[in-house]
Amino acid sequence: MADETAEPSGPSAGTPMVRMTGVNKHFGDLHVLRDIDLEVARGEVVVVLGPSGSGKSTLCRAINRLEPVETGTVEIDGVPLPAEGSELAKLRADVGMVFQQFNLFAHMTILDNVTLAPMRVRGVSKSEAQERARGLLDRVGIGNQSEKYPAQLSGGQQQRVAIARALAMEPKVMLFDEPTSALDPEMVGEVIDVMGGLAKDGMTMVVVTHEMGFARRAAHRVVFMADGEIVEDTTPDSFFSRPATERARDFLGKILTH
Amino acid sequence: MDVLFGNLSEFLTRFGGTIGLFVLSAIASLILGVVLAAMRVSPVPAMRAVGTGYVTLLRNTPLTLVLFFFALGFTKLFFYLPFFLLAVIGLSLYTAAFVCEVVRGGISTVSAGQAEAARALGLGFTQTLSLIVLPQAVRSVMPPLTSVQIALLKNTTVAAGFSVFEAGGFYRAVNEQGGSTLVALLWVALGFIILVIPLTVLQRRLEKRWSVAR
Repeated sequence: MADETAEPSGPSAGTPMVRMTGVNKHFGDLHVLRDIDLEVARGEVVVVLGPSGSGKSTLCRAINRLEPVETGTVEIDGVPLPAEGSELAKLRADVGMVFQQFNLFAHMTILDNVTLAPMRVRGVSKSEAQERARGLLDRVGIGNQSEKYPAQLSGGQQQRVAIARALAMEPKVMLFDEPTSALDPEMVGEVIDVMGGLAKDGMTMVVVTHEMGFARRAAHRVVFMADGEIVEDTTPDSFFSRPATERARDFLGKILTH
Repeated sequence: MDVLFGNLSEFLTRFGGTIGLFVLSAIASLILGVVLAAMRVSPVPAMRAVGTGYVTLLRNTPLTLVLFFFALGFTKLFFYLPFFLLAVIGLSLYTAAFVCEVVRGGISTVSAGQAEAARALGLGFTQTLSLIVLPQAVRSVMPPLTSVQIALLKNTTVAAGFSVFEAGGFYRAVNEQGGSTLVALLWVALGFIILVIPLTVLQRRLEKRWSVAR
């Protein structure tokens, strides 16, 4: 899935895969994104942390324009995202997204969930799409459940299918919007393991999460948000051991004490 | 029994007419109704306005008036069509407004995440609607959708007033031959009850088949 030219071991130079410049957004009176500048290099894994309401989910959703922004630009692999329309749909196809609530298509089997977009958006033949889907489902450990419906799977299994569904489009970058927040605790590990495997394979990833273990292990960079702003942007090691701001220290104090 | 068996061929032909009216109007109204519902949730304001205007006009007008318009006005304004086809058009247009509103209700039961996931995969608006949202919307509104179609089946009798040969006119045929109108009406009622049963069976089957997916 990874770009052939990317260094498997970490981010590489050149055009950033994601570039946000001067992005602003309001929800009514709430200034939910304030002058966001963010670059994610090819093959880089960026974990976005922050208290709830800090705008981190909105930031993630703004990257593929599921959340329209008011000012500023978002570029994917050097191409600015256009307004809603067929051009935007084409660019979105290159950006995989995994949601907190899985959002598997409830009326389709697991296999159909994974083959739908490659067939309908990329024009891949049914047999090829199914072969690739089975490979991906095996990779996330759901290979023997492909004829079931989403409601028949556990949350952890559904989320792994959702990852396979996004990977089936061979995306340039994967966005994870709190992928484990809706899961029972015993299922968090299986999803985190799949994500860790992707990171190791060199996938460019933006991950909004509360899983500090994943941030420490797999992230190249940690972005800390508060009140719609990026407050810190540093390595996991320096963020967790030497947070530079009071807000980050406060946040870490709250989540690491229990 | 004499009323029925004395006029059996009349009875059966008229119910044949009813079934014909119903089947054609049901198919047309379902297709048009779904298209209208899609227009009403479309991001294009002009499409939404057309959809809303259509529903307001057709849902608020008595069916008799709609059929009157087609029976009397259409041929005069446009070109000649047999009454049977005019009745199909009138019934379809009228029923489509109700189908549209039921389907639109179904669309609102489909979680926004379903459409978001589809868009995030690169599907366009039409694909998202036709592949993801509408199939789930229709599944969730099978009972009210069946009710609308049952109402359509019964509304076909209104077409009797416009010289369409269907079951609602059976009592008059019997009456002209000196038979009992009341008994004729009872037979017609029984005929309709028998016709509606397959629809409810179909509804239950589809609900059962689709229950796993929700």
